[in-house]
Amino acid sequence: MRRDAPPDLIGARVPRVEDPRLLAGRGAYVDDLQLPGMLQLDILRSPHAHARICELDVSMARALPGVVAVYTGRDLAQFLKPVPSAGGMQGFNAPPHHVLAVDRVRFVGEGVAAVLAQDRYIARDARELINVTYDVLPAVTDPGVALTPQAPVLHDDIGSNRAFELRIGNDTQAALAASERIISGRFINQRVIPGPMETRGAVAHFEPWEGRLTVWLSTQAPHLMKREFARYLDFPEHRLRVVAPDVGGAFGAKNNPYAEELLAAALSLKHGVPLKWIEERSEHMLATSHARAQAVEVHAGVRADGTVQALHYRLTADMGAYYHAITHIGPMMTAALMTGAYRIAHAATDIISVFTNATPTDPYRGFGRAEATYFIERTMDLIARELGLDVLEVRRRNLIRPEEFPCTTPTGHVHESGNFQLCLDRALERFDYEGTRREQARLRAAGRYLGIGIATHAWRAGFPSVPGGKGYVTSGWEKSTVSIDAAGKIRVVIGTSPHGQGVVTTTAQIVAQQFGLLPQDVRVIHGDTDAVAQGNGTMGSRSLVVGGSATLLAAQQVRAKAIRLAAHLLQIDPRQVVLESACFRDAGNSQRGIALTEVAAHAFAGPRDLPDGMEPCLEAAVLFEPANFTTCFGTHVCAVEVDVQTGAAAIRRYIAIDDAGRAINPTLVEGQIHGGLAQGIGQALMEGASYDSAGQPLAASLLDYATPKASDLPHFEVELTETPSTVNPLGARGIGEAGAIGAPPAVVNAVLDALAPLGVRHLDMPLTPQRVWRAIQEARA
Amino acid sequence: MNISLRVNGRPVEAVVEPRLLLVHFLRERLRLTGTHIGCDTSQCGACTVHLDGRAVKSCTVLAVQADGCDITTIEGLAAEGELHPLQAAFQEQHALQCGFCTPGMIMASLELLGRAIVPDDREIRAALEGNRCRCTGYQNIVAAVRTACERS
Repeated sequence: MRRDAPPDLIGARVPRVEDPRLLAGRGAYVDDLQLPGMLQLDILRSPHAHARICELDVSMARALPGVVAVYTGRDLAQFLKPVPSAGGMQGFNAPPHHVLAVDRVRFVGEGVAAVLAQDRYIARDARELINVTYDVLPAVTDPGVALTPQAPVLHDDIGSNRAFELRIGNDTQAALAASERIISGRFINQRVIPGPMETRGAVAHFEPWEGRLTVWLSTQAPHLMKREFARYLDFPEHRLRVVAPDVGGAFGAKNNPYAEELLAAALSLKHGVPLKWIEERSEHMLATSHARAQAVEVHAGVRADGTVQALHYRLTADMGAYYHAITHIGPMMTAALMTGAYRIAHAATDIISVFTNATPTDPYRGFGRAEATYFIERTMDLIARELGLDVLEVRRRNLIRPEEFPCTTPTGHVHESGNFQLCLDRALERFDYEGTRREQARLRAAGRYLGIGIATHAWRAGFPSVPGGKGYVTSGWEKSTVSIDAAGKIRVVIGTSPHGQGVVTTTAQIVAQQFGLLPQDVRVIHGDTDAVAQGNGTMGSRSLVVGGSATLLAAQQVRAKAIRLAAHLLQIDPRQVVLESACFRDAGNSQRGIALTEVAAHAFAGPRDLPDGMEPCLEAAVLFEPANFTTCFGTHVCAVEVDVQTGAAAIRRYIAIDDAGRAINPTLVEGQIHGGLAQGIGQALMEGASYDSAGQPLAASLLDYATPKASDLPHFEVELTETPSTVNPLGARGIGEAGAIGAPPAVVNAVLDALAPLGVRHLDMPLTPQRVWRAIQEARA
Repeated sequence: MNISLRVNGRPVEAVVEPRLLLVHFLRERLRLTGTHIGCDTSQCGACTVHLDGRAVKSCTVLAVQADGCDITTIEGLAAEGELHPLQAAFQEQHALQCGFCTPGMIMASLELLGRAIVPDDREIRAALEGNRCRCTGYQNIVAAVRTACERS
C-alpha cells in the first residue's frame, strides 16, 4: 500500500513540465494558428510624429485582387468607439484615442489605414498602394519642452500637454527647511522598449451561427481582455472567448487591449470570417507600449551623518501621445515607493504627467518601481558623495530595520515585513566589499578604473484590489480550482496566465505536495477563458504571491475533504488520518490505510455513500484577495571596470541577493532574476528609445535598438534569502521584477564610482561607450 | 517556380512565388511552425534552421534558394519522439522561459556540438551573437550548450 515518499516539493528544483513541447518546436504561438478562410489584417502607419491627414486615397489598394476591404480611421469611427484606458475610466483627462487616426496623427507608427486581404503578401502590396498626403505639424517628444508655452499641443480639447498633476506624500517643505543640508540632483529613467521576442498578434474568429467570438491573443491577461473586448465591442461577454496560447514574452507590454487587437475582433464580427493580425518587429518598436520615461528633480534634506530627514521629487512622466491601459499609474507607483528601502519621515512627489508625440508608455517589468528604485538609489550615492561618506554607510544608516515592520511610509505604502539588512550583509560578504575597495585602490594607482555599485531595493508586488477601480487592471484577486479525478490525478485551473515564468510547474509542485503526489500527477490549465471561468492575469509579480496562494488554499480545502472521506471509509476520526505519499493511514494502526486513488473514486458516489452533508467530488475553488501588497527586497552589488580610452563599461562581477519569501522552485526563481538582470543591465548600458527633433524614432528595429546579446552580459551570481511574507499564505514574495529593478542603479552607481577620480559626477542612462567617453573628455577639459 | 528539396529528411516538391521567404514556406506551406519570426532585420535568429548542415536565418533566404537543398528544422531534431541531447540540456539547465527564441537558439548552437575541444563560456556567448533572448539573460543557455558539448 505504501510507496516511497516523494521528496519535499516545496523548494525543489523540479525541471519545468512546460519545456518538452517548446523544445521540440511544438509550441503554439498565435502566428502558428491557421484557420480555413482566414484573412490577413495589415496596418499602414504614420511616418510623421505630428501631422494632419489631408488626403487619404485607398482606391488603388481596394482594387488590388485579393484585397477584401480597406478601412480608414474615419470609416472605423462610424462604428467603433475610441480605445479604452483605465485612466479615462478613473476620471483622468483621457483624450480620445481612435483605433486608427482620424484626421490627425500624433506619433510615428500610429495606425492610419487597415487592409484586409487574402494573405500577408497581398496585404503588404495593398498597404503600399495607399496614398496619404500629410500636412506636417511641429512635434514635441521631450516632456520638459512639451510643458513650455511655445510647445505644439497634441490634444486641442485639453488645451495643453499636461495630462494630470498630482501630489503624493506628506509635508516636506518644513522638514526640508529644517534640514542641516539640502542635496539636489536630477535623474532620468529613460524611455525603453520592453521588446519580447514574440511581437503582438491576434487571431479573431466570429462564428455567426454560434453567435460566438473567439480571440487568440498574445496577452498576459486573457480574462482582463475578455472583459474589455466585450465592453468595447458591445458583445455579450458570455459568448466571447479569449485564449492566450503560448506567449513569447510580454514583460508588461501585453497587458493592454491594443487598437489593432480590438480592430481585428471588430472586423471579424463585421465580415463574419476568421482573420489574423501579426505585428512586424519594426511596427512593434513603434506601436507597442514603450516604458519608463520619467525624470525627477530631487531635493533631499540630510544630516551630516547621512540620515535622510526629508525627500522631495518633482516628477515629470512622459505618457506618450495617448493613454494605454494603465499609463497613468506609472508615476503614481513611483511616487508611492519613492522612499525605497529607507525610513524617511517626510517625503512627497509632485507629479506632472505630459503628452508627447511619442509612442504611448505603459508597464514594463518593474513598472513604476524600477523608476522609484533608480531615483532613490542614485540619490543615496549622491548624498554619500556630497557628504564624503561611504555609500554603504549611508544606506545602513537609513535602512528600515527588521523590528520596524509593518512600516508605513509618508506616501502611504505599508511595507508588511522584511529584512533588508539580511540581503545587504550577505551581498557584502559574498562580494568581499572591503577587499574589493582595496583592489579598487590598487587598480586606480595603476591607471585602471574599477567602480563598485550597490542597490538596496524594496518595492511591492501582488496588488490588492483598488477601491472604486471598476475592475480594469484593478482587481487584485486571483482564483484557482483544484479537482481530483476518479483515478486520483489532479487538475488545477488557474486564473493567472503564465508565459515563461514556469507557473505551471510551481503550481504542480504546490498541489502535489499537499497529497504526496508527484508534479506529473498534476495538470495545470490556464489561459483559455472557456476553460478558466474567472481570473485576472500575470502582471506585477503576482502569479505566485496571489495566484499561488489561491492554489494552495484550494488544495488544502480538497485535502481536508479527502481526509474526512478517508476517515469515513476507514471508520476512524478524521483527526486520526495521516496523509502521506497519496495514502491515508490510520495513525493508531499503521497497517490500516486507504489509497488516494480509492478515496478519489469513492468521492464520485452518491451522497448516501458519503459522510453526512458531504457533496460528491473532491474539488474546491478559492478566490484569494491579498490584504496588502507583498514587500519585495534585495541587495545587488556589482563591480564595473571602465576603459577610459573607449568609454566601455565591463561588468566584472554582479551579485544579486534577493528575498523570495519562500522559493517554491529555486531554479525558476533564479531564472526570473537572470532575465530581469539582463533587462536592467540593458537599460543601464545599452537601451534607449530616443527621438530626433522632428519626432522620428532613432531606434525602430533590433538593428538600432540594443537589447543585450549573450556576449554583452556577465555571469550573474544569484542567491536567495527566504523571509516569509505576512500577507499571503505561501509566504512568497514577488521575484519576477527584482532583476530589472535592482540592476540599473547598481550598474550606474558602479560606473560613476569608477569615474569619480576623473571628476565625472553625473551620467544619464544608457551609459553607452560614447556617452561615457564624452563625459570623461568633458571632465578633463 | 518549382522547387524540390528535402525537409527533415523528407522530399518536398512545391510551386512558390519567387519572393516567398523560406521561413514563410516552412511555417505556412509545410506547417512547420517551430521556426519562429522575431524580427524583420535578421537580428534575432528565432528563424534559424539548418541548410545543408549549416545554420542560416530562414527569414533572409528565399524558398527558391533552398531548391535542391537539405533543410533541418527544430521539428527534425526530436524526430524519434525523444529530445535531442541539446534539447534535453536546455530543459535540465532551465535555458528557456517563454520558448520563443528557443528553436533558433538550439539550431544555432547545434553547430558547436561534436567539436574536438569543448568551447568555453566566452566562446559560446560569441557563437550566439546572432540569436537574441529577452527572457533568460543567457546564463542558463550558455550552461546548457556547454553541458551538451561536454557530453557530445
